[in-house]
Amino acid sequence: MDWSPLVLSVKVAAFATLLALLAGVALGWVFARRRFAGSSVIESIFMLPLVLPPTVIGYAILMAAGRRSPLGGWLRDHFDYTIIFSWHGAVVASAVVALPLVLKSASAAFEHVDRTLEAAASTLRQSPFSVFVRVTLPLAWPGILAGTLLAFARAMGEFGASLMVAGSIPKQTQTLSMAIYDAAQAGNDDLALVLVVVTSLLSITVLVLSNRFFSLR
Amino acid sequence: MRTSRLASRLASFILVLALPLGAAAQQLTVSAAASLTDAFKELGARFEAGKPGATVRFNFAASGVLLQQIGQGAPVDVFASADQDTMNRAAEQKLIDTATRKDFATNSVVLIEPAKDGPGLKTLQDLAGPGVRKIAIGKTATVPVGRYTREVLESAGLWTRLEPRFVQADSVRQVLDYVGRGEVEAGFVYRTDAAIMGDRVRVVLTATGHTPVSYPVAVVADSREKALARDFVAFLSTEPAQQTLARFGFGFGKP
Repeated sequence: MDWSPLVLSVKVAAFATLLALLAGVALGWVFARRRFAGSSVIESIFMLPLVLPPTVIGYAILMAAGRRSPLGGWLRDHFDYTIIFSWHGAVVASAVVALPLVLKSASAAFEHVDRTLEAAASTLRQSPFSVFVRVTLPLAWPGILAGTLLAFARAMGEFGASLMVAGSIPKQTQTLSMAIYDAAQAGNDDLALVLVVVTSLLSITVLVLSNRFFSLR
Repeated sequence: MRTSRLASRLASFILVLALPLGAAAQQLTVSAAASLTDAFKELGARFEAGKPGATVRFNFAASGVLLQQIGQGAPVDVFASADQDTMNRAAEQKLIDTATRKDFATNSVVLIEPAKDGPGLKTLQDLAGPGVRKIAIGKTATVPVGRYTREVLESAGLWTRLEPRFVQADSVRQVLDYVGRGEVEAGFVYRTDAAIMGDRVRVVLTATGHTPVSYPVAVVADSREKALARDFVAFLSTEPAQQTLARFGFGFGKP
């Protein structure tokens, strides 16, 4: 049994979740606290990956970072680097797809934070950043963590966008979902079944943990 | 009140959508290798023109994937594969009517690179050079051209050395697409595929050292339109059909 798809899935999902967490907390705070002209439109754009087919995300990333795109060409010419057909590409694709889950949870969590506590902290000569780190974030944390676990589960399950961007290269970019697809296509039912069970167990574990944090809120 | 009327209208609309469409008098489902896509679409139209009331619908994918679908009970009437190996497996699993099996076209395997910014390959050995990062090949488990490619590179003694550079694609057309977009530096497809994207890919060489590429076709054992399916198989060997195949670059007889 080759466990590289499992290891790769966890690695890709972990990095993707980290990216989604950083971006999601920052954006969630902005959308919860700073309303400006067009902010709901911009928020909708970040939420789009939740409803768009993953193929659209994959195509968009190919267009934006492919070899013939300005960004992809620049990276290739100057750094001899490309995210296409590398596990970094799968990370980017999974992060984009997982971002809405962190963003929405973080935004809701920030909205629930009692503003008087933040105001009290401000009167105690805390800088805005210090208020955020020492008051807002600890209060919003359970909600953010629950969203982050959902994002991790979603990133683990990513298939379409990652397949388009990173391909399904054994031991390099072939995650669990891709290994299942390949095994099913090739009629390798025993392997497919084992991988399906492994994926299901892992996802159930993450969802149970996520529920715990949601009920903590 | 108004909402309930709206709801009932919506419900009846959905029910109407769920009704089966009036099936055509005779419908033939042909599962064909991805490399046959363009030629078969045209052949389908020609076949329909000669058979009023009959419609042909195609299901194009890698031959190995099509075999899986038929094995799982997909309602298919005719199966055309891009290699003998896949058709042999279909015969072993008793999925086809072996008496109807017939070879109808040949092809060759070519090495291609992006026309615009390719690495300027000249020989197979160049694939091991520093200008080549990724090489697209068909998945060897399901895509015939992937297996032909493995034979080519194994007989050239390059397979193991190049393995870290392989990107395995779902079908020959995906290999073509990867090279056409310039996301990989090289790929192996059929001559007929390369011709379709003549402006975006450059043929470096015609590969040797592989099993001859010949396309078998057969009527599927569980077909419900066996007579029409046999007609379609026979049609592929007629003069007009062979002319169409030739125009797309396919060959005939001994490959």
